[in-house]
Amino acid sequence: MKPAPFEYHAPETVDEVLELLDQHGFDAKILAGGQTLGPLLNMRMAAPEVLIDINRVKALDYQRHEDDGGLTLGALTRQSTLEDDAQMPQRQPLIAAAEPEVAHRAIRNRGTVGGSLAHADPAAEWPGLAVALDAELVLQRHGGASRTIAALDFFEGALATVIEPEEMLTEIRIPPWRNTSGWGFHEFNRRHGDFALAGAMVRLDLAADGGCRGVAIALIGVEDTPIRAGAAEQFLRSQRVDDAALQEAARRAADNVTPMHDIHASADYRRSLTRTLAYRALADAAARATRIPS
Amino acid sequence: MNPNEPDRRIAHVNVNVNGVAHERTVEARMSVADFLRHEIGLTGTHLGCEHGVCGACTILLDGAPARSCIMYAAQLDGHSITTVEGLATGEDELSVVQQTFWEHGALQCGFCTSGMLITATDFLARSPDPSEEEVRRALSGNQCRCTGYQPIVTAVLDAAQRLRQAREAAGTATAQLADTEKTSA
Repeated sequence: MKPAPFEYHAPETVDEVLELLDQHGFDAKILAGGQTLGPLLNMRMAAPEVLIDINRVKALDYQRHEDDGGLTLGALTRQSTLEDDAQMPQRQPLIAAAEPEVAHRAIRNRGTVGGSLAHADPAAEWPGLAVALDAELVLQRHGGASRTIAALDFFEGALATVIEPEEMLTEIRIPPWRNTSGWGFHEFNRRHGDFALAGAMVRLDLAADGGCRGVAIALIGVEDTPIRAGAAEQFLRSQRVDDAALQEAARRAADNVTPMHDIHASADYRRSLTRTLAYRALADAAARATRIPS
Repeated sequence: MNPNEPDRRIAHVNVNVNGVAHERTVEARMSVADFLRHEIGLTGTHLGCEHGVCGACTILLDGAPARSCIMYAAQLDGHSITTVEGLATGEDELSVVQQTFWEHGALQCGFCTSGMLITATDFLARSPDPSEEEVRRALSGNQCRCTGYQPIVTAVLDAAQRLRQAREAAGTATAQLADTEKTSA
């Protein structure tokens, strides 16, 4: 299980990376953490002529907790950096909850947020977080042009995103988290650290009278991209949030997915998991939310 | 290929392994695991799955666990690696984790052992007083076909306790020394 030969480049600036991408296009692959590309190369499921190792582009490894509560991440941010961030549970609790579930510590030490998003595994946590939190993703190309994509518009299918061959994902912008928001995260796998068979990430804002002021329900591992459970969200927004409403929202989330069917889980099982995990995540979020007087 | 351009399929590597500097020229696609085993002769690092899931290849890269099977030797320039061969504290002295593995029979064929030791050593440095559940979680990325994991978990918990006791003893000794210096001053 050895990769096909490749030409190896280790640029030190974003400009150099973009120049190389511009030059080589389809023949090149970016090597970030390598935790996904490495296996693909070793199994020869990918055999790029050119490997652009971006690990020496220190300018891409930054994490900024902004004054307004937002979080800005350079694409080379290691998953373990976020896992170890003592401010994260308070500032971005969904990220703090999800990070320890990403594979195993050795993977998190190398794996990057940018890499996880660019690779777009349907069951990965970071694509789910991006969609749950309404993140924005910045793509740059040689010559200075850049575009900013909303997370929901970024994922096209399993392992497919809108990134063009000459583009690189450079920055991830997470909106401020209100400390009155409740959150919930539940994923299911057979062994700790496996890809999720299904997972639910919830943000919930409640009024003092129990009315729903806002909700986001993101599902991973169910369809070929992370998705928002739009029908469930729409239902919940019109409700007083009690247990019956949460059960109904979870039921609608499960009814409105077209689950994947593979050797790990049947579509039926994924649908069943969707309902249970969405309910648990919603219940946790409701318990954690601070009820705001209207 | 332009003869004036460097051959980018070849990599020149300067890397520190277990405290010793090495310089090699290898194919860029050579994995760090193969580099350690074939170029440096350290065969304690094992290859199980070659795609990052079994954990047998785990080493410390700049002090943090990483899978050596999905990293390329070309990436090593300027870095330092600790392999299982670098854990022992002396010629005849095992590390605390190695010692408890031995005492509790936490290895049979030994194939997973190097990865287990590296992972456990790092884990205990960051979580000195773990529960059994936390130990199992931390080791979930290292797969073992022989032991059924129980003796490994026992060994790691025992190592945690011995390391805490050693730290407490060292702390007491330092405090006593400080007291002695105060009274004689």
